[in-house]
Amino acid sequence: MKAIRLPVLAGGATALLGLGIALAFFYAPTDPDQGLSQRIFYVHVPLALTSYACFGWGAWKALRYLRTRDERADLESYVAIHQGVIFGALTLLTGSIWARISWGVWWSWNEDQLVLFLVLFLFYCAYFMLRFSVEAGAARANMCAVYALFGAVLIPVSFLAIRLSKRFIHPVVFNSHGPQMTGSQFVTFCICLAAMLALFATLYAIELAGKRLDASLRELRELLTT
Amino acid sequence: MSPSEKYTAAAYLVVFVAVLVYVVIIGSKLQRLQRQVAQLVDLVRENRTDG
Repeated sequence: MKAIRLPVLAGGATALLGLGIALAFFYAPTDPDQGLSQRIFYVHVPLALTSYACFGWGAWKALRYLRTRDERADLESYVAIHQGVIFGALTLLTGSIWARISWGVWWSWNEDQLVLFLVLFLFYCAYFMLRFSVEAGAARANMCAVYALFGAVLIPVSFLAIRLSKRFIHPVVFNSHGPQMTGSQFVTFCICLAAMLALFATLYAIELAGKRLDASLRELRELLTT
Repeated sequence: MSPSEKYTAAAYLVVFVAVLVYVVIIGSKLQRLQRQVAQLVDLVRENRTDG
């Protein structure tokens, strides 16, 4: 598969983000219960789903590393998890803001969905502690790959927690009967999700290119100085 | 501005600021890489003149 050029990816992400915000504020109807604050949904839920996608992608690359021992897969797994933590932090921040206006609290420890997402987020934060506490090499790559794969188990648990929980105030939009929203809301949500995924793909490509360039320069310096 | 408007604006602003901070970090990293490339070019030139 031919890689999409970075400027095209960045341009697509910018256009989708602009379109998503325009649709969220000027096309999607205002929720009769929550009013304007319901529009946080169009940024909060795509951020959460994108962070799951990042962690999933990181786990897939970790699996590829364990199968092939290709160092590039280890770096790709690391970058995907780094992106996942950024998107996860934004999910927690936007969710907290939404909780404050909707429930009157910044955080609720009684909510399985919130706590499990926090556990998932902290689990992947600890990934960096592991990675930077071990010297670079095959042993570190192996440990990080196994750790990333363990984290992938938490993704469906976190995603399904809200559906399994009997007592909750966190809204369920997608259930067994499909999306619980109007057509225009669903279209807006899909565009916003595509925008977040495109943003992830862009930032992933940029960070990966930077890290590879950094490694190549280090190698070149070693070759020139020895 | 109503509280609802303030909180909604804050949620979108948080994401915008995060992307902006990320771009600034990547930008500074790019500048560091440019400096390193320039140093390596100098090193190659020095090696050539010495050789």
